[in-house]
Amino acid sequence: MFDVKSIKAEHKLLAEYTYEPAKLNRGYTDKTLYVNIGENQIKEKNVSKEMKEKFIGGKGYGLRYLWDATKPDTKWNDPENEIVIAGGPLCGITQYPGAGKSLVVTISPMTDLVIDSNVGGYFGPFLKFSGFDAMEIQGKAEKDIIIYINGNDGKITIEEAPLEAIDGHVISEQLTEMYADNEEDKKNISVISAGTAANHANIGLLNFSFYDLRRGVTRLKQAGRGGIGRVFRDKKIKAVVIKFKGTKGNLNNPADQSLINKAGIKLHKQIHDYDDVQCRMRQIGTANIIEVMDQYDLLPVHNYQYGNHPDTYKIASNVFVEKFITQGMPDGCWFGCSLSCAKAADKFEIQTGPYKGHLVTVDGPEYENAAGLGANCGIFDPRLILEANFYCDTYGVDTISFGTICAFAMECYERGIIDKEATGGLDLRFGNGLAQLELLHQMSRGEGFGAKIGLGVKKLKEIFVKEHGADADFLNEIGMEQKGLEVSEYLPKESLAQQGGYGLTNKGPQHDEAWLIFMDMVNNQIPTFEDKAEALHYFPMFRTWFGLMGLCKLPWNDTSPPDNHLTDEPAKMPEHVQHYVNLYNGVTGSSIDKNELILQSERVYNFQRVFNIRRGKGLRKQDAMPYRAMGPVTIEEYESRQERYDQQLVELLGYNPEGKTTKEKIKVMKEYRLDQYEKLTDAVYKRRGWTPNGVPTKEHLKSIGMDLPELFEVVDKHM
Amino acid sequence: MIKVNTKDFEWEEGLTVQRLLDKKKYTFTKIIVKINGNIINKEDYDSTIINDGDDVKVIHLLAGG
Ligand code: SF4
Repeated sequence: MFDVKSIKAEHKLLAEYTYEPAKLNRGYTDKTLYVNIGENQIKEKNVSKEMKEKFIGGKGYGLRYLWDATKPDTKWNDPENEIVIAGGPLCGITQYPGAGKSLVVTISPMTDLVIDSNVGGYFGPFLKFSGFDAMEIQGKAEKDIIIYINGNDGKITIEEAPLEAIDGHVISEQLTEMYADNEEDKKNISVISAGTAANHANIGLLNFSFYDLRRGVTRLKQAGRGGIGRVFRDKKIKAVVIKFKGTKGNLNNPADQSLINKAGIKLHKQIHDYDDVQCRMRQIGTANIIEVMDQYDLLPVHNYQYGNHPDTYKIASNVFVEKFITQGMPDGCWFGCSLSCAKAADKFEIQTGPYKGHLVTVDGPEYENAAGLGANCGIFDPRLILEANFYCDTYGVDTISFGTICAFAMECYERGIIDKEATGGLDLRFGNGLAQLELLHQMSRGEGFGAKIGLGVKKLKEIFVKEHGADADFLNEIGMEQKGLEVSEYLPKESLAQQGGYGLTNKGPQHDEAWLIFMDMVNNQIPTFEDKAEALHYFPMFRTWFGLMGLCKLPWNDTSPPDNHLTDEPAKMPEHVQHYVNLYNGVTGSSIDKNELILQSERVYNFQRVFNIRRGKGLRKQDAMPYRAMGPVTIEEYESRQERYDQQLVELLGYNPEGKTTKEKIKVMKEYRLDQYEKLTDAVYKRRGWTPNGVPTKEHLKSIGMDLPELFEVVDKHM
Repeated sequence: MIKVNTKDFEWEEGLTVQRLLDKKKYTFTKIIVKINGNIINKEDYDSTIINDGDDVKVIHLLAGG
């Protein structure tokens, strides 16, 4: 397929560094790696006791380093911006599902804030086994380079790499082949890459690979949100490659292996016994909820106007399982994950673009891909969704942002805000899957309307107002972005708590901080503002912890103990929380409890908030959501749920809808819902120890042990 | 009238748990049903009658997307 010898022969060595790989002790090496590709400098850093105590690992380490490396006005494409990759103390264990994640942190081209992304693949664990708790990449190379880390030999190089491909699925194969001694050795390689669209598009992502020995292909997992791939390509990095041979279950050198084993055995058994009747993660992965979301009116359809569609059955999870997913057995993205939600369609024939006719392996689809690329854009053809999924991954495009942007552009097209002239001749109606694919191809070439799509909804709104005379207020209402990041693929309109779950976040509207729709909208378990605020405190803090540890969140809540419903707080999965406490104590030798776990997160979460404030953002103003996320913007939306909305007007506002026009009713409802969001914001800020403007108070920072002078300096200006 | 997750819901003669789930379009499989605080087993959804005035909880166990 490709001659890796001649590709490698063109490498030019720019820097080389040899080191004695530090041994892991209780989950840490206490060393990190610093690579400056502008100055061709490679060095090791020691982790201070204070950093370890307050920032724990993973995203915490990433944030600490990024704060130190940047100034308040550093832009995403300034050389000092860093990409920091870190596992965490639990990353790399193999006895408990979901422990192979890396956390990636950088200043985002989408939000101009810190973005963090949690990604699978083998890189994070291999980095630790190679002696580093984190890796910082700073500077900008002049020509395309790769960074290669050999964790067995203790050797790191920066090399010019002119001939390697840029697209994720090709370069990952090339470099895996190049650095492996033989087929068996390929499992010891992990490659970080982006793709050609990330050369131009701010929604560029990173692919983290692992080698699938059974299929004989490299598989890609994505650090999707916030444009990290764009930063990577702007630095002229083609790839970071790591090689580590000798993965075993005890490399973390834990304090008490038996605690880890015990938790692992319990969870493995539970997954074995119940997954088939619970979430079917092993069969179909996260796509199992496509039809559930549709049935509960939560699947974003036509740019979040509606919550379901009669054609959803065409992209239901069973369709993917029966027609496309080719494997007969579960599939994990790190050793020991018996929940094994990774899925792939093998020998999938590509119909369009540069890889037309190729038979490829497509990972997915995840729920987000099917919902975003599919339903939200009115596309219900599973083949086209899989193809768009493939191209997003290999071109290095965040599927969530792309789906949401595309849906927005389609609505603008259907409403006549933009026309064929604006789209370069593309008929951008809802449902036109081939047009969607064409946008991706244009994006990879940096051409045409596709290149504009790659800038994101926020920029697109400006362009439509400036170039097409669009009504800015209307676009702000229907453009589903906040802080510059596109909303992920759930319809939060009927759940106030989830509006907060999206809006009152550090990085933007990604549901990984809190997903409260069922608790709120269906179960009615958190009826008051205070209840919602408590949930919007607990869940974001709890979920932040996965990012400190290098853990996947799915084994927390996509499998449940059979008696979970008998516990006091089933939504928290108390037994699993205890597993996590035991895992942490087992690895590190500490003796934390579930409250200390939350405190660990709270420190880092508040640090991130202050980081945003230091950058002139992160205040209440930025936490507002577009109205489409909160209620019906248009007459069609209102009338599609008229009965429900009319009833709400009567019950909640004492307003009689009889004889009123839909427009009048929309206005009344909007005032009410906006006011509810403000009240929720007040309650959440209060619960989190923040001022009404969203600034952590000094007392609160002190109470959680984050009374750091650099944080006080920032918050002082807002007191 | 009965309560479903603390909200009023129209009661009808012979209403079973399964019929209620169908009417509410509660198709999600990870749920717990309680009537007046008592858990109803899945295999009894078809045969368990809900009486007028009952307090029904249908708790969906999904705290994560
Ligand atoms: S649950 Fe899925 S994403 Fe999470 S670690 Fe396992 S295979 Fe990877």
